[in-house]
Amino acid sequence: MNAQPPTLLERILKGKWIGKGFLLLVGLVVVWWVGGKALQSPSLFLQQIINGIQLGFVYALIALGYTMVYGIVRLINFAHGDVFMFGAFVSYFSVGLFQLHLWPVRVFPGLSPTAAIILGTVSVILLSMVSCAILAITIERIAYKPLRDAPRISALITAIGVSFFLEYFGALPFVFTPNFITYKRPFEIVTWYVKDGIHRLEIGTEAPPGSVIFSNVLIIIIIVSLILLVGLNYIVRRTKIGKAMRATAYDKPTSRLMGINVDGVISTTFAIGASLAGAAGVLYATAYPQVVFWMGIIPGLKAFVAAVLGGIGSIPGAFVGALIMGQAEVISAGYISTPMRDAVAFTILILVLLIRPTGIFGEPEREKA
Amino acid sequence: MRIDRHTLGFWVVLLGLIILVQVLVSLGILSPFWETLLKIGAVMAIVSLGLNLIYGFNGQFSLGQWGFYAIGAYAAADVTYRWTQMNNASGLTVLFAAVALVGVAFFLTAKLVARLRGIDPLSAFALYIVATLIAAVIGVQIGIALIAPVTQLLATLPPGLALQIVYLIAVLLGGCLAAEVSYLFGLPVLTLGSDYFGIATLGFTIIVKVLLDNSDTLLGFEEMKGARGMVGIPKTTSWFWVALFLVIVIVLLRNLLHSSHGRAIVSVREDEIAAKAMGIDVGQQKTLAFVLGSLFAGLAGGLYAHINGFLHPNTFNFIRSFDPMIIVVFGGLGSVSGTIIAAFTWALVLEGFLRILLPTGFETWRFVVYPLFLLVMMLLRPQGLFGGFEFPYLRPVLPRPYVPETEEQVALVHAVEEATEGD
Repeated sequence: MNAQPPTLLERILKGKWIGKGFLLLVGLVVVWWVGGKALQSPSLFLQQIINGIQLGFVYALIALGYTMVYGIVRLINFAHGDVFMFGAFVSYFSVGLFQLHLWPVRVFPGLSPTAAIILGTVSVILLSMVSCAILAITIERIAYKPLRDAPRISALITAIGVSFFLEYFGALPFVFTPNFITYKRPFEIVTWYVKDGIHRLEIGTEAPPGSVIFSNVLIIIIIVSLILLVGLNYIVRRTKIGKAMRATAYDKPTSRLMGINVDGVISTTFAIGASLAGAAGVLYATAYPQVVFWMGIIPGLKAFVAAVLGGIGSIPGAFVGALIMGQAEVISAGYISTPMRDAVAFTILILVLLIRPTGIFGEPEREKA
Repeated sequence: MRIDRHTLGFWVVLLGLIILVQVLVSLGILSPFWETLLKIGAVMAIVSLGLNLIYGFNGQFSLGQWGFYAIGAYAAADVTYRWTQMNNASGLTVLFAAVALVGVAFFLTAKLVARLRGIDPLSAFALYIVATLIAAVIGVQIGIALIAPVTQLLATLPPGLALQIVYLIAVLLGGCLAAEVSYLFGLPVLTLGSDYFGIATLGFTIIVKVLLDNSDTLLGFEEMKGARGMVGIPKTTSWFWVALFLVIVIVLLRNLLHSSHGRAIVSVREDEIAAKAMGIDVGQQKTLAFVLGSLFAGLAGGLYAHINGFLHPNTFNFIRSFDPMIIVVFGGLGSVSGTIIAAFTWALVLEGFLRILLPTGFETWRFVVYPLFLLVMMLLRPQGLFGGFEFPYLRPVLPRPYVPETEEQVALVHAVEEATEGD
């Protein structure tokens, strides 16, 4: 037992200074690099931020489904991204083939055009949400429910199987076909640019250099996402089913003892998550107007990363994580190269897991019985 | 060495099958199509055995196997490509020197970290990164200096022999590189819980794939040609090489699992806390399993690269990273024989019979039926097709109870029994 005071080297090593300094160095390099780019061209940077917000809100809607399902059944629902794809296709068919968005004009000829478009768009979104919810309940009943007590890997492999099935079934020539399909929006796109005040950008003209452009797609995405988010928060915090969901997430056997229909609650969770994914599918397709059978894979994974980033099981966490993911993706795509955005997204994930494995809003893992 | 019935039977059957295939190939009865499929089956068996060690035996849910496979494939392909197309041994010497020095650096850093008890994992990781960078830079310089003499030395050999030697070293180096990357990546990530570990390793696979997409611009390896795919790799992987590596991997895995290290690895899967209480260094066992599994993946990647002579980043898409996972689950978690059988079945049925038997236009149906089969199997037989089945030779044997033989030993046992009777 030597009672010597610790040397300087020992103090540096024991005080986690190397790790902290290392992280600080990485953080400073990133800040310096992004800041440099921002100062070079502030308007371009603002434009990227706006694009990132648009993407982030869509990711948030998908991430909520992941986080809710994971919170309750501890399952990474790989099929969630494909439910999102399904939602986009439902809206494609309802708009492109059946022209569902025009029903208000046909039924109420006297309606003002703005109200008719809003009503039409909302009904397209609602249809997608309901179809996705039905799909998710079917998947849950057929594939996941029989495996509720099986080892977790079985459920995970099943989820991967469901995901493959939805993708390749969609790729069949008589279903969605394996090709890219151009998506027809249920409303006309209107673009504004910001330079010395907000001006409307006429179709066929260029915005003046140094201006920031945004469209009604951005506004619709933000409004719809916020409404859905508030609605979800209301359901989870204030209603009886929300209370049952929280109880089931906390302790399944005890909630069953308390008279909660656990299977029903799990189905409802899947349905709510899937309906949010369906809405996200419509919004994503209106923002990036192309649909293809594998379109759900990468957004689904990004959204899952967002959910982990924010702390899985936490609704505000999923939202914040998704916004961060949106910004990271757009900035890395804009300033490094487009394919690198996936690598950056997952690098962020790994870094966050190293520093704070439970995510930004996550509570430390409790021992589950 | 004692040879019992099971050991003898296993080796006779295994070597018999391998020689049978070789004879059929040599006589031209087996068409190149089926030969390629058998090679791919063996390669998948090696990858899946590595994953089975990580997931089936050690309980770490890893989706990163495909990323290490990609690293091994591209590293080995680059070495042989430089030898055959650019007529120098630059890939060989540089990779060899870098891998060797990084290995030394890991060893020295591990000693240093052990000396500095109480250092937090993140700081240790930072030390490892710095050491790796320094070692890699020095290694590359040494490798560049060695290019000319090694090229001259290899040029004195007959060209066919030189190519086989370069190929063999390339495959081994690919495996070592994958193992070193996995060690560095596993240091911080292996401490995460199961789902987080899975998603981090999935992220690793995606990052590797994106980097390979940009390998000519971002990484600066022009011969890899990024997303256009790498061509011109010599097709040196014969059935002999695949079979040899498969046998080596099986024996290695079998002997590991029969050793006390193997039992420690399995005990970590069963109960981490109990294992820790028994004095097992849980982190060390996890690292051992992860690095060995990745080594197998890297070796398999090197073999795969020289089957078709063509590599494309899309082969290493993360979607395909579920293939070894599905093979392991089909074959049964923690079953070596099941994994081997499932890998060959997977290659022969999914890529072979279904492709031939299904009429044209119905090929896409393969991937509709395959997940359905997977779902049905998960519902009806979640332990895998061969769950619990193992060839007797591979079956783990518990250590025999201690039987005292000499009189001294008998007396000692009695003494211990008397001493502990009161408890």
